Amino acid sequence: MSGTKVKKMLFILSKGTIENAYAAFVMANGARMEGIEAEIFFTFFGLEAIQKKKLEHMHVATVGNPAMHIPTMLGGLPGVEALATKMMKKEMEKLDMPPIGEFLEILSDSGCKLWGCKLAIDMFHLEQEDLIEELDGILTIGDFYNRADQEGTHLLFI
Amino acid sequence: MKKLIANREIDVNEEGYLLDFKQWDREICECIAGECNVVMTEKHWEVIAYLQDKHHKEEPLSIRGIKRSGVINIKEFYNLFPGGPLKKSTLIAGIPKPKSCI
Repeated sequence: MSGTKVKKMLFILSKGTIENAYAAFVMANGARMEGIEAEIFFTFFGLEAIQKKKLEHMHVATVGNPAMHIPTMLGGLPGVEALATKMMKKEMEKLDMPPIGEFLEILSDSGCKLWGCKLAIDMFHLEQEDLIEELDGILTIGDFYNRADQEGTHLLFI
Repeated sequence: MKKLIANREIDVNEEGYLLDFKQWDREICECIAGECNVVMTEKHWEVIAYLQDKHHKEEPLSIRGIKRSGVINIKEFYNLFPGGPLKKSTLIAGIPKPKSCI
């Protein structure tokens, strides 16, 4: 039915802001919904999205983000980032976008594989119990490349 | 455009989705399911009824909605309609393809 040549999408999420996490999640979920395989490799600040205690506290960046259309100095004031994030989450809820934790459950149930980066997990001194239960394992980047095992695989860095 | 389904001329769009729900019945449904390599079971019918009900109430369909439906969980949903569950199930249910990205 579908004419796409994309068969598998591999995402690397390296950033810890909420908009980047959602970018990866929406694209991975969208792939699964089209019958395309999807996997996400969480590295560096992207690990915020798979830490039980941190994932619901991800923020949108208000400093150094010209698209916020507020002066950088205002963006740095205490509470501004939290307020902007709250407003964004409200808009997302209106569109029925799930919060980070629920989105991870949906992705996992949809057959999207979730991997932690070994190097970054060691660097941040994280333990298995710090990470979400849905995690499929901890890989090196080499292991992750080996997941690109078929024609039509694409790799995307976020 | 017209498409011959179960020896009847049915109005469909270019992706094969039914344009007029009145033309849908169980026979049509089973034919479309067959084209999608889906063999209808009790559970399939239950999901199809849920999707049609949502559509008739003009409530948008999403994978999150499936999770909350109480009819089926996401894993089962993917198993019942392999290769794009919401796309396939709505095609079989004779309702439009959901427009949402989530």
